[in-house]
Amino acid sequence: MSLGSGGPAPGSFGTTGRGPRLLSGGGRRATAVSSASTLVVLAAIVVIFLLAPGSAQVRHTFFNPTDMWQAFIGDPKKGYYSVGEAIWLNIRMFLAAEVLILIVALAIALVRLSTSPVAFPFRVLSMIYVDFFRGVPLLLVILAIGFGVPALRLPFVSTQSAAVYGVAALVLSYSAYVSEVYRAGLNSVHLSQVAAARSLGLSQASSLRYVILPQAVRNVVPPLLNDFISLQKDTALVGVLGAIEANEAAQIYSSTVFNYSSYAVAAVLFLILTIPLARFTDRVIDRDRRRRLAGSAP
Amino acid sequence: MTAPDGAGPGPGTSPAEGEAIRIEGLRKSFGPNEVLRGIDLSVATHEVICLIGASGSGKSTLLRCLNLLEPIDAGRISLWGQEITGAGVDQNLVRKYVGIVFQSFNLFPHMSVLRNITLAPMKARKIPRTQAEEEARALLTRFGLLDKQYDYPDRLSGGQQQRVAIVRALAMRPQIMLLDEVTSALDPELVAEVLDVIRELAATGMTMLIATHEMGFARDIANRVCFLADGTIVEDAPPSRLFTEPRDERTQKFLRRIVEAGRL
Repeated sequence: MSLGSGGPAPGSFGTTGRGPRLLSGGGRRATAVSSASTLVVLAAIVVIFLLAPGSAQVRHTFFNPTDMWQAFIGDPKKGYYSVGEAIWLNIRMFLAAEVLILIVALAIALVRLSTSPVAFPFRVLSMIYVDFFRGVPLLLVILAIGFGVPALRLPFVSTQSAAVYGVAALVLSYSAYVSEVYRAGLNSVHLSQVAAARSLGLSQASSLRYVILPQAVRNVVPPLLNDFISLQKDTALVGVLGAIEANEAAQIYSSTVFNYSSYAVAAVLFLILTIPLARFTDRVIDRDRRRRLAGSAP
Repeated sequence: MTAPDGAGPGPGTSPAEGEAIRIEGLRKSFGPNEVLRGIDLSVATHEVICLIGASGSGKSTLLRCLNLLEPIDAGRISLWGQEITGAGVDQNLVRKYVGIVFQSFNLFPHMSVLRNITLAPMKARKIPRTQAEEEARALLTRFGLLDKQYDYPDRLSGGQQQRVAIVRALAMRPQIMLLDEVTSALDPELVAEVLDVIRELAATGMTMLIATHEMGFARDIANRVCFLADGTIVEDAPPSRLFTEPRDERTQKFLRRIVEAGRL
């Protein structure tokens, strides 16, 4: 071994002989230890929760099964909406916003990275845009669009529903973030790839579309999906405009019945939405890596 | 050497014979660093020219200028009598006639070998996919790579990757091939397979400019060898003359060092 004279042999570095350990412990013993520590931590949290002086009160106000069920199915006659139904508005807003964000953000990123002198004013504009919308809190953007645009009393534009203004605000704000993700991705593709594509006679547009963008997007799939998990939750902010989405429905329930269990319902529903997307993110990354390593036909 | 033929066929007709490349007074700087300081070179159709010289002598830059990957500062480059460095030249058209292969392969990592090869013919030559794949498979068969057609580049050895890169450039049916130190990034045992490919290309009459550090190879394959130093062509002679009785002091010094390193 050439690890330096007198150094310990690789076998004595404390690994279990299955290669270097980074974050994951190897072996059955490690599994047992991690299970035990998880159980201890969970038990401690549950015990603290149950022994707290206000435990019964909290359980009744936030996790009351009857109220949770009532909030989930809703009852218009008693003046509150179904949280379970309202989540569909979140999903619809999320899907509409996501598609638009992917397009708008890409356009902004491409403008920012353009080098043509003609595009200079657009580069400046896109820079101002990104600075502005990354700097202003999303809630303020939603309020400004949701209350400001209707106040203009323009035909069509001023007569949309709260959800439409909400989506518009989400697109404006998130496009600024996502354009930066795209920009990082585009910058991560080596210049030699551009040279290779152009040297083959591909036009600038073809090089971008077939060679640069696919690699750029692949490099930023995890941060992109991360932003979209965030977007799923931020649809809840559109409730301030009066759109009956899950969070707003939960709030109406709590202020009608004076029980906060409806928020727990909304929380669970958001988790049901976001966790699959998170797992999907993992799978996309895995599949891509496997496919490239396996090197077989697509 | 063929005499310069000003009225020769240009890109757009069918370039076949005569003077393929004419470079006059080519200058190129990167910032304050002047890499090419007045290059003059004429290459006949079917001629193979090897460019030798130390790293930084301008070999790569010269090749990149010929493919229009680098804008030039002064001088002019003509192909079959047509200037390609003036204003209003269709770069993509020029590149269809001039293929280039790089030291670092630069295959597209997200595409299979077949797709790497068919992309440019489909998008730039506008031929249908079936025809592009047929042509690609014919080329892959010729260079012994057909079994790799569905592999992704990172599954291939360096030598295989570089051969695919050469096939990819050939798929555009160029009239001129520029090879930029195509074996410099390869393990020694993989160099031969790539050099064999280049020999085969030379045998088919491909006009080539080859920047290389493989002196033995240059001596075998080149019609002329150009020694570059300080951004100029110091010596331009047939290999038999240049390697045995170099006239310029800098060439002599360079070759002495190569011999001392056991590379010739």
